[in-house]
Amino acid sequence: MPWLLLLLPLIAAAANQLYLKRNAFIASMLSVASVAATFAISLMLLGKENAVAPLNWIAIGGFEIEIGLKLDQLATGMMVVVTGVGLLVHVFSLAYMADDSAKARFFTCLSLFMFSMTGIVLASNFIMTFMFWELVGLSSYLLIGHWYQRESAADAAKKAFITNRVGDFGFMIGILMLWGITGTLNFDDMKVPAGISTGVLGAALLCVFCGAVGKSAQMPLHVWLPDAMEGPTPVSALIHAATMVAAGVYMLFRLQLSIGSDAFDNFAGDTIAIVGGITALCAALMATQQNDIKRILAYSTLSQLGYMIMAVGLLAGEAGMFHLFTHAWFKALLFLGSGAVIHACHHQQDIWQMGGLLKKMPITGFTFLIGFLALIAVPGTAGFFSKEQILEAAHHHDRLSWLFWVAATVALLTPFYMTRLFAVAFLGKQRSKDADHAHEVGPLMFLPLLILAVLGLIAGYPFIAEKLAPAYEKPAHLFHFSGLVPITSVVAVLVGLVAGLVVYLGKERDPISVPLFRDRFRIDAFYDGVLVRYLQDAFAAIVHFFDEFLISGLIVGGSARIAEGFGGLFRRVQGGNLQGYAFAFGIGVILVIYFTAF
Amino acid sequence: MASLHDYLLVSGLLFAIGLAGVVLRRNIIVMFMCLELMLSAANLTLVAFSRFNGMNGLPDYNGQMLVFFVITVAAAEVSVGLAIIVALYRARQTIHTDDLNSLKG
Repeated sequence: MPWLLLLLPLIAAAANQLYLKRNAFIASMLSVASVAATFAISLMLLGKENAVAPLNWIAIGGFEIEIGLKLDQLATGMMVVVTGVGLLVHVFSLAYMADDSAKARFFTCLSLFMFSMTGIVLASNFIMTFMFWELVGLSSYLLIGHWYQRESAADAAKKAFITNRVGDFGFMIGILMLWGITGTLNFDDMKVPAGISTGVLGAALLCVFCGAVGKSAQMPLHVWLPDAMEGPTPVSALIHAATMVAAGVYMLFRLQLSIGSDAFDNFAGDTIAIVGGITALCAALMATQQNDIKRILAYSTLSQLGYMIMAVGLLAGEAGMFHLFTHAWFKALLFLGSGAVIHACHHQQDIWQMGGLLKKMPITGFTFLIGFLALIAVPGTAGFFSKEQILEAAHHHDRLSWLFWVAATVALLTPFYMTRLFAVAFLGKQRSKDADHAHEVGPLMFLPLLILAVLGLIAGYPFIAEKLAPAYEKPAHLFHFSGLVPITSVVAVLVGLVAGLVVYLGKERDPISVPLFRDRFRIDAFYDGVLVRYLQDAFAAIVHFFDEFLISGLIVGGSARIAEGFGGLFRRVQGGNLQGYAFAFGIGVILVIYFTAF
Repeated sequence: MASLHDYLLVSGLLFAIGLAGVVLRRNIIVMFMCLELMLSAANLTLVAFSRFNGMNGLPDYNGQMLVFFVITVAAAEVSVGLAIIVALYRARQTIHTDDLNSLKG
């Protein structure tokens, strides 16, 4: 039965692609059915340790690659998140994409994504992880570029793919190095041999981390995620908020479990934590000055991913995975809520063109409010419990306790920019015709929102988290507001919330302008202006030289010229001259006789 | 009496003349005749060997029999060849090989 988890979405994708291209309704229903079935199977498998006999795929000498499924609490819990969010997003998409001309293609890609993501979650070895890692990259590319007629969407898809390739290159090297160090790629048998130097091991782990930097959009490869918002909003909710971008965190934690967290207890873990912390801080700063509702959420995703990566680097992977778990629900909720808003406002995405939507769309508004409270970690919501664990972990780390203050600053900035978003878009008065005409969305769209809102409220409590979360460590006290960490975090939330309300409530336009944050620290401009311009162009010139002279001139053109030369030579022989033929024939006979007789 | 050597010499000369004619002449009829000359050279060789390789005063009849076959086949070949030449002349109004070069590469 575990194989069905992989096969069902693949079958759905294949059937949609091969037979149902013209029949969008059946295609969408098939995709929804497949994800519903996989969700049911994941629930059945939850928490059970199943051993599934692996298939031998390739054997070269002593080196074997298996296709195997690893089912443990981590994998099955993650499957529930993936298929659960997936199911709700599929249902939401039925309404959101109802009028899209390429609905069948959209659902095909969604099914392909579900297949690839399942592969990453259940992979039993690194080769499989890498394959499905690339497959999610492909489906993400296809879905970001769903509206490929728009140049910005096509560019964003390309950017996402290429940026990920940069990270994946390091990932590949890291996998090979780990194979060299441990002699195996199976998660089950991996352990650090005695006497390996910290430098080599740390370098291997950092190379593997490169993959996570790309996929989970950490600095400096974070640039693709905000642009990926060009894709349809349900895609942003599923892939670019809840599941795929969390794959990096999942993979790192899986590695930490199988190789032992001691292996990370050196400069590798520290680097990972610092990268995560810096990403969390910078993304939060950038989020404060964005105007596009989806971009704000994208930067907030970046910053939360930074938290998770930081937790993994601080050897508190359980806290990171717990945050991944709660974040998946409320961030999917926020994205789907923004999707409903965008749908209602005739594809208006600028928050300064909205306003007063809470009155116009009460269900969307209130579920969005719940997601907002969970994201800023108001005590009692899901986000509070998981963020608390990460802050504790940062505070208790011996070398990097300064990261706690970075995390606390992020905890202060998060309520600030989210309050800005909520106050501007949902409160106040309508600022444009689009917002004026907005009305509540249909049940296919608000039902997923309601379910996600419930989960966003309660997913952090132990009775849910112990069963569903991929990894969870029950804290000693659920609510205790003594000690530095809880007080800092609550104060940060309050200050951020109040500051956001004071600055932004009832404002017509942005009273604060920080060009540096708005221009995303000019990192994108730097990449465009320097890296793309000089590096890529220089590289393109080299490739062009190779293509033009070596491939085209020497190999392809050369073989053509050789054939042509021989042809010209032999054409002379066919002179059409009868006597010539007879003469050649006579000479030939004489030669044959000469060689046989003498 | 002429020795086997003389016969073979004459036969070789005939063959060389025939081959030269085939290679050098441009008129198909003449080439055809030279071809026949080469066949005759071969026949002469066969007859000469038959005469000199005989046993008990009798020639080796196998060689002479082969000659008759060659003559018969040559007659058939000539008839086919002449027919082709006639057809060729009707089609092209020429029997000059220099003009027959439509297969030239």
